Order: sequence, then C-alpha cells, then structure tokens
Amino acid sequence: MNFAVLQFPASNCDQDAIHVLRDVFGHDARYVWHKESSLGDADAVIVPGGFSYGDYLRCGAIARFSPVMQAVKQFADNGGLVLGICNGFQVLCEAQLLPGALIRNRSLQFRCEHIWLKTVTADSSFTGRIPPGKLLRVPIAHGEGCYFADEATLTKLKANDQILWQYCDADGSVTERANPNGSLLNIAGICNERRNVAGLMPHPERACESLLGCDDGKLVFESMIHWLEANRVAKAA
Amino acid sequence: MKAKIIITPKKAVLDPQGKTVQNALEHMGYKGVAGVHVGKYLEIDLAPGTDKSAAQKALNDAAHKFLSNPVIEDYKLEIVE
Repeated sequence: MNFAVLQFPASNCDQDAIHVLRDVFGHDARYVWHKESSLGDADAVIVPGGFSYGDYLRCGAIARFSPVMQAVKQFADNGGLVLGICNGFQVLCEAQLLPGALIRNRSLQFRCEHIWLKTVTADSSFTGRIPPGKLLRVPIAHGEGCYFADEATLTKLKANDQILWQYCDADGSVTERANPNGSLLNIAGICNERRNVAGLMPHPERACESLLGCDDGKLVFESMIHWLEANRVAKAA
Repeated sequence: MKAKIIITPKKAVLDPQGKTVQNALEHMGYKGVAGVHVGKYLEIDLAPGTDKSAAQKALNDAAHKFLSNPVIEDYKLEIVE
C-alpha cells in the first residue's frame, strides 16, 4: 500500500506516521508537501498532528486552503481513505470533510496523557479490525480537542453510526470523568457519512510499538490496511 | 478605509475562556457581570479608492468562509471611513 502523509509548516507528527507505516507495517509511505497539488498514486492519506501554520486564526483554518487540501478533497470525493489525527482532525473539520469543530478544552489546559478509547462501531475502514469490546490505550496531546457540533449534527452522527471512538474509563464506561476535554458525547473520533474520511484527536501513531508502552494504535492502521487490501482485490476482480 | 470584524463564539458553544474571565471579575469584586464572551477582533486596512460596497461584499464572503467558522462563531463586519 502507498500512504501519503501530508506536511504543513509546523506539522510535527508526520515522521511518527511515516515511521509506523514504513517500519512497523512495511508499507510505502511518503511525505506530501502542502504546496503540492497532487497526491500521486496514494491509496490512502494521513493528515498528521501538529500545529499547521502555527494554528493561527483557528486550528486548521489556514491549512484548509492549501493546494494539497484541494487534492485531498478530490481524493475523498472519489472515495479514497483519509485519516486525520489531532491537528489533522481539526483540518478535516475546517475543510468540511467532517462535520463539527474542535474548540478549546473545557479545562483550558493542554492535556498530554494516555486515555482509554471505546470503539463505537466496527463498521468503518478505520475500525473494522478492532475486536468487539477491546478498549484502546492511546495518548492525547492537545489544547483544542473539545468536539462541538449542533444538536441536528449530533443526532445525524448517532443515527448514521458515524461516531467511531468515545473517551471512556478503564472499564469502558463513557463518563464525564473520562472525558479529557469536554467533547460533546465524549466524542474522540468520527467519520463522514460515506465512511471513507475519519478524524480523531488521540494519537494511534504514537502507540504502535510495545517498546513505546503500548501498541493498541496498530489496530487503527491495521483496519485501514485490511480494508485497502480487500478493496484492491475487489477492484482487481 | 478600514474594515472591522468582531468574531464571537456562538451562544450555544461552550466558552470556557469567557466563563473563567467572568469568575475572575467576580473574585476581584466587580459586581453585576452577567456573562463574558471572549472573541477576536480583526482590523483590515483597505487600499485607497476601494469601493465600499464591493469591499463589504468581498469581506462578508471572506469572514464567512475563512475568518470565522460558522459552526462555532458569529461575526460582525463594519466598514469605516
């Protein structure tokens, strides 16, 4: 598989994503600079974490208008897989590839810690390989990760099964206490209606090797790779 | 000519900054504060000879598309001589 990992000025999780895809999974992955207007022959796109364009104006607001994001829009419109992590999630919301917005954490604090994630649905190319009931232990590191959307959007997200991950406690209970940033419905990650674009605030790419403390994040990339491989077979057949 | 744009969080959006400032004002003894909303203020210098109504139209578009996020923010645009 061929992954495109976007690079904006001040992206800082791009190398982590490349490392995981190349060295942990053995797939091809390459950087795509924000000024490029083509993604080449990418099978999937990762919009990485960081502080694109210094987070000026709003997180993701300027990145959204970069040439590469026009290519990502086209790629997503054609059904390509796009995963936004942390700042990447913010960029995808600003680009209206995902509904809602990420605002300042309710505590006003930058939260940098490990949290628990409950996978709400296996019906997506990002969660398909996560065993039912398996909780993911992954880190977060953000100041503006509080998911907000109006009532109508939240109702739609629930009705369409678009909520992929919720913050929960170690027992899997979705509680106010387990919510690190004030996100509505404890939302940590969602997908679009078509289910080919997803975003999450936690960092699965930082939790892919037990040497680094945890490898639960692998399940997210494994899900994508499995889906891509199945889809390639389907395409070829 | 200048454009002044004030961006504020929508009423329905949680505004922890505003709440914190409000609490601080109360602690400092300032009475009668019923709410605080923290937003952004942008001042845009317009080139001499710019047509006011054209600028109004263009900046409304920019404010809606880029300078504010309609999901979470409202804005007010004013053009002054």
